[in-house]
Formats: sequence, C-alpha cells, structure tokens
Amino acid sequence: MEDTSIPRIEMSGITKLFPGVKALQNVDLCIYPGEVHALLGENGAGKSTLIKIMTGALPTDEGKIRLDGQAIVLNSTVDAQKLGISTVYQEVNLIPAMSVAKNMTLQRQPTRFGLINWAAARNLARKRLKQLSLDIDLERPVGSYSIAIQQLVAIARALEDNTKVLVLDEPTASLDAGETNALFEVIRDLKSRGIAIVFITHFLDQVYEISDRITVLRNGQLVGTSMAKDLPRLDLIKQMIGRELEQAEGQLTKRSTDNLGEPVIVAKGLGCKRVIEPFDLNIRAGEVVGLAGLLGSGRTETAKLIFGALPSDSGTLTMNGEVVTNNSPRQSLGRDIAFCPEDRKEEGLVGELSIRENIILSLQAKNGWLKQLSYDEQERLADEMIKALAIATPDMDKPVNQLSGGNQQKVVLARALVSDPKLLILDEPTRGIDVGAHAEIVMLIRRLCSQGMALLVASSELDEIVAVSDRVAVLRDHKQIGEIAGDEVTREKIIGMIASG
Amino acid sequence: MNEKYWPLMATIAVFIALFLTGGFLFKNFLSTLVLGHILADNAFIIIAAIGATFVILSGGIDLSVGSMIGFVGVVMANLDLAGWHPLASIAILLIFGILFGALQGFIIDFCDIQPFIMTLAGLFLLRGSSFMVSLDSVPIRHPFVAEVARVHVPLPGGGFLAASAIVMLISLLAAILLAHYTRFGSNVYAIGGDRKSAELMGVPIRKTTVMIYAVGGFYGALAGVIYALYTSSGYPLAGTGSELSAIAAVVLGGTLLTGGVGMVAGTLFGGMILGLISTLIIFDGSLNSAWIIISSGLLLFIFIVMHRFLVGSFNLRGRA
Repeated sequence: MEDTSIPRIEMSGITKLFPGVKALQNVDLCIYPGEVHALLGENGAGKSTLIKIMTGALPTDEGKIRLDGQAIVLNSTVDAQKLGISTVYQEVNLIPAMSVAKNMTLQRQPTRFGLINWAAARNLARKRLKQLSLDIDLERPVGSYSIAIQQLVAIARALEDNTKVLVLDEPTASLDAGETNALFEVIRDLKSRGIAIVFITHFLDQVYEISDRITVLRNGQLVGTSMAKDLPRLDLIKQMIGRELEQAEGQLTKRSTDNLGEPVIVAKGLGCKRVIEPFDLNIRAGEVVGLAGLLGSGRTETAKLIFGALPSDSGTLTMNGEVVTNNSPRQSLGRDIAFCPEDRKEEGLVGELSIRENIILSLQAKNGWLKQLSYDEQERLADEMIKALAIATPDMDKPVNQLSGGNQQKVVLARALVSDPKLLILDEPTRGIDVGAHAEIVMLIRRLCSQGMALLVASSELDEIVAVSDRVAVLRDHKQIGEIAGDEVTREKIIGMIASG
Repeated sequence: MNEKYWPLMATIAVFIALFLTGGFLFKNFLSTLVLGHILADNAFIIIAAIGATFVILSGGIDLSVGSMIGFVGVVMANLDLAGWHPLASIAILLIFGILFGALQGFIIDFCDIQPFIMTLAGLFLLRGSSFMVSLDSVPIRHPFVAEVARVHVPLPGGGFLAASAIVMLISLLAAILLAHYTRFGSNVYAIGGDRKSAELMGVPIRKTTVMIYAVGGFYGALAGVIYALYTSSGYPLAGTGSELSAIAAVVLGGTLLTGGVGMVAGTLFGGMILGLISTLIIFDGSLNSAWIIISSGLLLFIFIVMHRFLVGSFNLRGRA
C-alpha cells in the first residue's frame, strides 16, 4: 500500500444534511487497494451516513466519489454492487427463512432459458463459502445458524468476482474471540487479493490488530486520517471524544462531595451477565454523576440497569433507602426516577403526538389512565415546560417530529421533568444537537442539580461529562474501571484511564 | 425431511384423511369420478388462490380477486352478445387482469399504501363496474362454450378431467415454475421474508411488487374466465366473497400470512380441502349447508393454530 498508487475509492468533500442536523460536513476518505481502513467515531459521528453514501444507499448533497480514479455517481446499492462496492451491514442482512444457498445467490442465480439452474446455484454458493472455509448445510434456513455464521455468509455473499471495496460495519459486534479471529483470517486473505476493506468497529484492540490506517469522524466532521502505527491509542481516544468545549459552557466549579444530601441510589455489585460486569455506584441528591467511556463500554447499559430497563442478575439496588427487587421501569417511575433514553426516536418520543401530549405522557402513565389530567392542567404543565426549557415552537399542539433535534431532546427532558423526579437519568442528552442547543442543555443540567435533583449523565462527549459532572464513573469494555471526583475530573485523567491497560 | 415441507405434508395428510373419511361414510366416494368433480368444481377458486399465493408470500393481500371474477364474467357475456368470439374476449380480459393488478401493485409501492386498503378499493371498483355493465345474469351462447364443456380427459377408474380442471393444473405448473425456478419467485420470498434486507440485497422492490399484483390480477381474471365458461354466463354478483375463500385456501395450503414461507403446491391441496368439505356435506344430504362454512372455519382455525406451533417449534421462519 503506497501513497503513490491510485486509491481504490476516494471520497472528497462529502456533505449530507438531514432535517435539523448536519450529518456530514466536507468529509474526505481515501482507501488504497489491499488496505484495511478503520473508520472510527462515536455514535452519531457520521460513520453510517458516510458508509451509506459510499454504498449508494443515500445520495450525497455535495462532494465527489472516485473509484480507481474514475468519477462515479451512485444512485442505488445495486449501482454500487455492480461497480464492485459491497457492504455487510451491522444487523446481518439476509432473509432468515430462506436457505443458505438461496440467500447466497439471491438476484444472481445462474439461469438457463430464464429458469434458475439450482444445481449451478448451489455450486456457486458452495464455491463462495469455500473461499471463507465455511462448511455448512446449504439447504438449512440461514436464520437457524448463529450470528457468527450468518455474518460469514453475508460476507461470502458480498464477495463477487469483481469486488473492489468491501465495507464491514461492526462485523465483530456479536462475535466471540475465536469467531473474531476466524473473521480476521478471512479479512487478511481478502486484503492479500487487493480488496480495499473499510472496517467499522468500536473495539480499539481490533482496530490496532487488523487495520493499516485509521480515519476518525466526530460530529459529522473529519478529525483526521493517520497510519495505525503512528497513532498512539491515547491520541486516538482524544480524537474520538475530546471535543473542545464551546465558550458558552465554561467551566463548572466542582463542589466538594461532603455537603450533599441523602443517597438516592446505592448500587452494590449490580451487574448483568455479558452486558455489564458488577459495579458499585452511589448517587446523592443534588449531585451530578457522569458515566464516561467509549462506545460499547457499557455507559447506556449501566444507566438502563439502574432504571430497570435491563434486568440485573447480581447485586443489590437501593432506592431512597429501600432495597429494590425485580426492578422495572414502572417501579423506578413510581420511585420518582426518570430516564431520557439515548435514541429519542426509537424509545423516547411519539413523533405523531403533539408536544403537549408527549410532555404529559409519563406523568399520565404514573397517575394511572383512570385519573385523566384535565386539559387545562395539561396545558398549564406544557406551557410551563416550553417556557422553562425555551422550546422553540409556535404552539404546543405541533407534532413532535416537526421539531428540530435539539427541541425534540428538550421535549424528552420536559417529559421527564414534569413528573418532578428525584433522580433523572440522561443518556446522551446532546446527541445530534447543534452547538447552541447543546450549551443550553448543559446549562439546564447544572441548574437542575442545584435545585436538589440528582442526575446521572451518560455521554460520549467527554467535555460534556467533564463540564457537568461532580463525579465520574469511567467504563471500559463493559466494566467500571474507576471513579474520580472533584478536581480530578479532567479530560486528560479520563482519557488516561480509558487508554491504560 | 426438510422442516419447510412440514406444513405442506400436514395439508396433504388432512386432505387424504378427509377423502378416506368420505370413503368410509359413503359408498362410491373413493373414486376418480368424485376427485375429478372436486377438481372441476373448485378450479376457479384454486386458480384465484394460486395468484393470491404470490401476493401472500410477499407479505401482501389481494381482496380484489372476487370482484375480478364477477367483472370478467359480465364483460365476457356482453362481448359475447356483441358477437365476439370467446377466445378474443378471453385474451383481452386476461390482459386487463394483468394491467389492473400491475396498477394496484404500482400504487401500493409508489404511494406506500397498505395492500389491504388498495385492493379493497380495487374490490369496490370492479364490483361497481360489473353492475354498470349489467345488472342481470347474461348467458354466453357461443358454441365454443359447449365445445369446452365437452372436453373430457378420462382418468383410470371411470373419472375424467374437465377443461376447467386441466386449465387449473396447467396454471398450477406454471405457478410452481414461476415461484421456485425464476428470480422473480425468489424475490417474492425475499420480500415476504424480510423486506428491508431484500432491498439491501439488491431485490428490485417496485418491479417485483408490480409483478406480484400483476400475477394476482392475471390469475384472478383467469379464474373469472373459467367461472364464466363453467356456468355459461356472466353474473355481476359472481365470485362475491371468493377472495376470502382464496385466502383460506392459501393458508390451509401452508403459506404463512406474514409472508416468506409457503409453497404454491400447497394451495392446490388447500383449495381441494375446502372443496372436499362441501362435497362431503352435500353427499350426506341431511346436513344444513351452513355446516360447509362452519367446518371450513373450524379447519382454518385449527390450521392457523397448528402453523403457529410449527413456526415456533420447527423454526420455520428460521430465527436462531
């Protein structure tokens, strides 16, 4: 792989806008034949969008793509595949009910007089699987195999004779160590055949094991591309999460942890097998506790475990002095604990309902549906929240999905706040939000805690964690690796903790 | 044996069991004569159900089939009055069926409308148009119809295959080729199995959807032609409710209503089971014909529960 050769694929000045969000801004990416190129960044950094543009699943708003030096225009994934750009997506994209052979040959079955020659199709499938040394029953439904096998079948399917670029989106997310090694053998083999491979993952060990170069994206912008061997792990983590904080947010003086209220939550040895290892965590009234770590380190899982959205299988959880058994979101809500999820579209907001309806949703659920809040009461609460959080909307009956990302996030917050919680759990409170709204939300978090509410904030934005938290629990690889408080809470300290070991 | 054949085997087993029950209860029931009559009498519904199989395999539904049968019949009868040769009107009407289905498929995909509501509109449209053409039953008097009725291919044991049964069996063979030996067929299963994955795997969703409903429309129109020839008339109310019988035949034949799993051959046996039930009750003579519908309903219910069980325990949808 030399810089003098022509890149297999070269993307320059790629910009993509979604309503309310700039998903990609002037991003360049260049991959050489026989190179494994890691594409890194936290959730929402723009990796998926970039990949979708590269593979024709999304059109680009601006920018050019060149394949082997030739400018190309991709209108569909079929276009891209014809040119030799193949993708294996994170969620394995096969038809579970169809047999392995049918999945392997869908849309490219050999035909004779217009009819499929299944014997030839099976041979083709067998040949492709052999390339990956995979020996499985071609007639069994693909969905009856493990995810690891499905992943390999998907790769075998993606490999055509003319494949030039292969994109692997989180291929190792659900594989164990042995399966991952087998996959890496396959990747090395493909690499030796001159295929350019884009490798997306959040396992940094794997990045250094297999990739030649690394490109980091953050908030839709290119942070940089470097040779893997010239980029120490510490610098890589800095690139991924170390955003310089906007002036508006300033620095929060860390309060001493002595004069705080009663503990709201005490978790002792709380854990869930294969999701997060047992951890201890105390949260006291008036305190902001941050959860820091890379993508996949267990931030969200920790938050969900405390809220009861994930079942624990070890340890104890005490809320307001009472030991909680069989924790569930319903129980937590009943104990005045509110949760704002990471993915507001999937888990948080009901897009078709109005701002007012979304705001009163969990309060109404908490009161029980028999005790309907009067319309006047609903209006009063919604009005109060719209003013308090400065939600930019002409009226409270506008459907939530017509708001910008930042305002949607504020509605999620408003919904949690209206039930007057003792502990508010925020997962990625500033995801996909522009800078102005970002600052507002950070200010709001601080104001809430000064009013005696306890807060647990999980975020991929390290500066945000540093700015808002009194105490930070640092996580790595599904494990809590330490806790820091007060003046110790700095970016460098956290990055050091994540990188060590 | 591959697990995917289980529902088909269950359907065939039920058919054989019902047939043997008939043989046990009534003299002369176990004969190719009865079998030939069941095939001929139910040919139109099985043909409509074959088309519906493609639609249901893709995860959709086609409610317009019954009205298509009525519409094709009255138009054919009126063209006959105007002096057309039946073969000419059949050709025109089959093309109409394909175009009408294709249009439904295009609108379903282009406007992202649920197939249920789109084909419900198609149902009303065609039924209403049938009444516009004629309010009464119109006979088809062309000698061609009588010639068709005389076609008898003898079966061993004294029975025979009538023209309608022959057309049905030929269209079944064509459908089996289409479903299992063409790219289009594989795409139907892929879309029904997982539409999003199918799209990412390069299946042309729009083209396939248009073709699926065009196939449904073609078989619907063919069912109408067979029904009109069989009754030698066109009647605007003909085929009322047969879209639902067709769906029942498909489900009895082992195809999952959620799409992606099933076989065209199963639909033949599904339709035959429905026909066998009514034949049994007619043979008995003492039972109210309401029992035909009641026992069809019961059997359908048992099959759906059984499928649910098969899907769960034998992993038919292939979820690991």
